Amino acid sequence: MSKDIRIKKGLDIKLVGSAEKTTTAITLSSVYAIKPEDFHGIIPKLIAKEGTEVKAGEALFHSKSDERILFPSPVSGKVVEVIRGARRKVLTVKIAADSTQEFKDFGTKDATKMSAEEVKDYLFASGCWPFVKQRPYDVVANPNQAPKAIFISAYASAPLAADLDFTLAGKEAELQAAITAVSKLTEGKVHVSVGANSNSPLSKVSGVELHKVSGPHPSGNVSTQIAQIDPINKGEVVWVIRPQDLVIIGELFLTGKFNATRTIALTGSKFSKPQYVTAIAGATIADITASNLDSDNARVISGNVLSGKEVKVDDFLGYYDNQVTAIPEGDDYEFFGWNKPVFNKISTSRALTFSWLTPKKKYDLNTNTNGEHRAFVVTGSYEQVFPLDIYPMQLLKAFMYKDLDEMEALGGYEVAPEDFALTEFICVSKQPHQKIIREGLDLMREELG
Amino acid sequence: MGLKQNLHNLKEKYKGTKMAPAFNAIHTFLYLPNDVTHGGTHIKAADDLKRTMNIVIMALIPCLIFGMFNAGFQHYAAIDNSLRTDVLANFFTFDNLWIGIIKVLPLVIVSYAVGLVVEFIFAVIKGHEVEEGYLVTGMLVPLIVPVDTPLWMLAVAVIFGVVIGKEVFGGTGMNILNPALTIRAFLFFAYPTWMSGDKVWVHDAVNRVGTADAISGETILGSYAQSQEVVYSTWDKFFGFIPGSVGETSTFLILLGAAFLIFTKIGSWRIIVSTFLGAAVMGFIFNLIVGAEIITESSKFYGLMNAPWWEQLLIGGLAFGAVFMATDPVTAAQTNKGKWIYGFLAGFIAIMIRVFNPAYPEGVMLAILLMNVFAPTIDHYVVQGNVKKRLKRTKVKTA
Repeated sequence: MSKDIRIKKGLDIKLVGSAEKTTTAITLSSVYAIKPEDFHGIIPKLIAKEGTEVKAGEALFHSKSDERILFPSPVSGKVVEVIRGARRKVLTVKIAADSTQEFKDFGTKDATKMSAEEVKDYLFASGCWPFVKQRPYDVVANPNQAPKAIFISAYASAPLAADLDFTLAGKEAELQAAITAVSKLTEGKVHVSVGANSNSPLSKVSGVELHKVSGPHPSGNVSTQIAQIDPINKGEVVWVIRPQDLVIIGELFLTGKFNATRTIALTGSKFSKPQYVTAIAGATIADITASNLDSDNARVISGNVLSGKEVKVDDFLGYYDNQVTAIPEGDDYEFFGWNKPVFNKISTSRALTFSWLTPKKKYDLNTNTNGEHRAFVVTGSYEQVFPLDIYPMQLLKAFMYKDLDEMEALGGYEVAPEDFALTEFICVSKQPHQKIIREGLDLMREELG
Repeated sequence: MGLKQNLHNLKEKYKGTKMAPAFNAIHTFLYLPNDVTHGGTHIKAADDLKRTMNIVIMALIPCLIFGMFNAGFQHYAAIDNSLRTDVLANFFTFDNLWIGIIKVLPLVIVSYAVGLVVEFIFAVIKGHEVEEGYLVTGMLVPLIVPVDTPLWMLAVAVIFGVVIGKEVFGGTGMNILNPALTIRAFLFFAYPTWMSGDKVWVHDAVNRVGTADAISGETILGSYAQSQEVVYSTWDKFFGFIPGSVGETSTFLILLGAAFLIFTKIGSWRIIVSTFLGAAVMGFIFNLIVGAEIITESSKFYGLMNAPWWEQLLIGGLAFGAVFMATDPVTAAQTNKGKWIYGFLAGFIAIMIRVFNPAYPEGVMLAILLMNVFAPTIDHYVVQGNVKKRLKRTKVKTA
């Protein structure tokens, strides 16, 4: 039986520059890169040294804690550079792509005839395991724990997010194959959520429990959905897979190839023509944005404006990202900006801010902080955009003073950094909420396991 | 362009030096800084703490202006009682305003000057930015003291309040007690003769004691406490043409400020409503006690207990306290449920102290300070409710 998810608390941030529904294929970049820091909490052990020739899907490094978890090269080519940081930590592995791509053949499989262990081994070998993430802690899943359920959110509510109904269209076969496979991994259910009026290909797959989601952001965040469907209790684990990654897993089962090609939304006011492109994970940003980007004083983000990562044009697309956003930098002073009436910025208050008058207007926000960092002062505002049954400020403070008992009791197992993106956006004191949550979750993971 | 660039150059010059916080305080007052986001969300909403505090100051301005006129009006009306017969004609006069300018404005200036100097010194010593909390405190303080409060006394109290009430805890956002009320309480306990009695509420009444020109400066609460007849009409009380602390008299303007704070979502409507509610309930209970003849006219509490419950909301500092003091987000309860409990108890206890306080017939200040202390406890139990719900969920699972 499906359960509809309807939330009221939240905030839809409407920005200029949503992607037009046309897709252009991007030509192969000359260099691709995989950054271990995209896989939070993983300590990489390098397999492919500089100079090694790899095929698409061949492992570049594995996790130090579990050497079955392999991280594959998205393209075939030669490992040209391994950039290391302090204490020889691997920061970036760069691969110069061959002009004709060769895929490592993992052999096609029929998931219906496989056991859970066989599916797992297949995902390990092909480098698809990192697509499976876990809650609590929002990290790559620990394969030794049994998840009580698997959650897939095919409803993207973040600002300017890629429309998953559009990017997944035509991938029914891949999605079905992947769902059949991952449903072997849990004794519990596979929960898939789609928008209330969506024609998502995922609403037609079998073997899942389907949920219709409505309401403002963060209704598409998987934590919001987990909390409504089957909240995480102490000692429990759920796994989370993004639908765009299911397509890659599905293609693996159907063709035996690891093909990390995704449909990526180019969004934001700094794109002259916001639209969709297809590109391979780890591609050079400059190749994806091409002549479309007005790079003058632009902030380019791999991901969305709330939780994405700042990149330069010569950086690389994040491993999990299906969106590149470009907005103006806000590195200018504003005369009496703190007290004059504001019409061109978003606010949840009405403190001489007038976005409440124009709820449908699309804003061209820049990266200015609109104020300085302060201690927590204002109360009661976070709750209005925070749909989980958690006291957000109390949890943040517990995460700051690192009281493990309180972190656990107040709901630390149920949150991911992205859940605190909206509270961070509206925070009058300009506190770094997502950073606080990330560091707190790391501590919990270290101390509580 | 010139000023902006020059200030930017100066900012770069001061960066990392001891004086940077002091310079930045002035710079960020003129210009919203050019800081951009790093990590976390790439965009931020328009509100910052300065904007938030500015809204509260805007809500207070009508009370201040009214208080300046009222300072003069009460002075002249005490000398010539006939002025009260046509209040509107005699209220907004330049003579009244002049008394306000020479008596009230200096209070505002001293409050801000002394308080901000202390803030700047602490910011420079501790190397943090000058925080905005005092912008509101500095405006609140002159509005809650008697008009004739000596300026040196105010200065001493402000230093005490800012240092002991706030900075020792770590500055804005960390304090336990409302700084403005801490300042008021210091004055109250250190200089009681200047803060209570029947002479301090009207300008010049103290100086005239014992002379042929002596005038009374009794407040309505004082009259009730002594079971004297109250000469003011209900409308006088509502609009504020009565003696009292500088800015607390006009319930009408305070409610206007409350409407503004609630509309802008800066003030907590939960606290404002529940404080009035708590006060009304306590007032009503006292009315019932008098009605049941448990307390008779011979009792010294009779006068105040017998005041109609709704009148308790109009007179004294209750409205001002409910709207501008109890709602301080740092010292109030922080959970929505907690705010209801906190506000209700603050109002309830305020009227209780008002009636039973033998020395001084007002209790809003002490009630709110008391609830400031208990706010974290209230929040603790509200949050524990959430924690228990989570634990119960686990138990149901494992059972």
